Amino acid sequence: MAEVLVYVDHVDGAVRKPTLELLTLARRIGEPVAVALGNGAADTAATLAEHGAVKVLTHDAAEYADYLVVPKVDALQAAHEAVSPAAVLVPSSAEGKEIAARLALRIGSGIITDAVDLEAGDEGPVATQSVFAASYSTKSRVGKGTPVITVKPNSAAVEAAPAAGAVEALSVSFSEQATGTKVTSRTPRESTGRPELTEAAIVVSGGRGVGGEENFALIEALADSLGAAVGASRAAVDAGWYPHTNQVGQTGKSVSPQLYVASGISGAIQHRAGMQTSKTIVAVNKDAEAPIFELVDYGVVGDLFDVVPQLTEEIKTRKG
Amino acid sequence: MSLRIVVTVKYVPDATGDRHFADDLTVDRDDVDGLLSELDEYAVEQALQIAENADDAEVTVLTVGPEDAKDALRKALSMGADKAIHVEDDDLHGTDAIGTSLVLAKAIEKAGYDLVISGMASTDGAMGVVPALLAERLGVPQVTLLSEVSVADGTVKGRRDGDAASEQLEAQLPAVVSVTDQSGEARYPSFKGIMAAKKKPVASWDLSDLDIEAEEVGLDGAYTTVEAATERPARTAGTIVKDEGEGGKQLAEFLASQKFI
Repeated sequence: MAEVLVYVDHVDGAVRKPTLELLTLARRIGEPVAVALGNGAADTAATLAEHGAVKVLTHDAAEYADYLVVPKVDALQAAHEAVSPAAVLVPSSAEGKEIAARLALRIGSGIITDAVDLEAGDEGPVATQSVFAASYSTKSRVGKGTPVITVKPNSAAVEAAPAAGAVEALSVSFSEQATGTKVTSRTPRESTGRPELTEAAIVVSGGRGVGGEENFALIEALADSLGAAVGASRAAVDAGWYPHTNQVGQTGKSVSPQLYVASGISGAIQHRAGMQTSKTIVAVNKDAEAPIFELVDYGVVGDLFDVVPQLTEEIKTRKG
Repeated sequence: MSLRIVVTVKYVPDATGDRHFADDLTVDRDDVDGLLSELDEYAVEQALQIAENADDAEVTVLTVGPEDAKDALRKALSMGADKAIHVEDDDLHGTDAIGTSLVLAKAIEKAGYDLVISGMASTDGAMGVVPALLAERLGVPQVTLLSEVSVADGTVKGRRDGDAASEQLEAQLPAVVSVTDQSGEARYPSFKGIMAAKKKPVASWDLSDLDIEAEEVGLDGAYTTVEAATERPARTAGTIVKDEGEGGKQLAEFLASQKFI
């Protein structure tokens, strides 16, 4: 059976959820071979084996943390040469897409980004993408070389599928370009204790209607009652009420959770682009004419300062 | 010596319009008004600021696209760029990201450059991979997705805000930079700028000027094939209630019925 390379996104050995989703998709095409790089790479093996990796290729070097993107491209290229896979799957983060693109160019392949589904096809894997602010769904495949495909978080379920997960050291020689862009300092983002926005099963977002930075406490309280991530519309971010890393929309994150709760968000195209594929959408807005209500499964026309705290209280009561 | 900055820009269908696909599954560019991709305005803005802070600099805007794409160049020139290059060729229709990066890279090399600045992604295809592809093709450092950027003494520095951390980056010129929508509001063209833009030079190049064969680009040269494009069915109308004092509880009831609580 053909092997499929899966690039592992991990933090010091802790595998992030989108990588486990990739393993589910990879198993539809062939046998997953994982590639884990950097500090803690070997520590990923147990989790990856549990989810279907037949092999885990690992390599650690200071270059992965000290220089941008290219060392990881060099390593993935080495893995591609070693394995000759049927496809290469990479999580669709900003960095993931850059790594995938450079790899595709080097190995003479096409690239598909931001796939939301993947299935085996007669002429290679077929990727589903959601385009034009999710108003269209396309099916594409790579016609030349080994398909390189980046996949968005929440595109597949994480499934247990125990496999060997044999750890093998990957041999990597870095290219001249590897040390071109130096990372001179790194400030880790403060943990909020909430789920990662793009990976969360539930996202609770606030927009212009929230009216100020201090009022986002209401949104956070609702999010915490549901165990959700917090998002914000561009209007709220541009106003400085919430960090840009939490922005949902065309120029921010694109999310596809089980449940999306929009409060005080009108639903402009820029926002819809980032949340329209959510499974269930609910909204609270004062304006009955707000376009967000065209998308909702359930909407409340009302003042979010009344509705949201009542909702939060009711959820807490019901959860006991 | 003058600092040569090339800004890559894209002419895209207006995102607020009704965008759709043409019969050959390429993006329909005829039925929707086009404009300079909003995210590229940030690239033009940072190029102008870097040029203003340099002793001597020249900003060239470069686009690949049909005749109408000149509008995008004109907008960038009216913001303050010095000159423009328009790569246009009938054989380019249907070119994918890999092919586009080839055309841009050849044009950038022909124009001569110290610094290439791109937006973080286009607002139509939105792949966000062209800056990385350009760096790979040109063999120069990739300093991408910057929310802050500065150039001094042949070095480019910037801040890249990732999910897990914020990183300070540094590379020697020549380099490829991309900037995010957090890098600073783009200026509006002044009346004077709009008038001046009419007199600025716009070079027109085709594939033969760049030594690119027709088979390398276009739909036939594409590395990826779109097999189907279907309009997403409109979401079925949901329940809308007016808050009469129980709106929060009603919403909670709905969430419970859907097993979210």
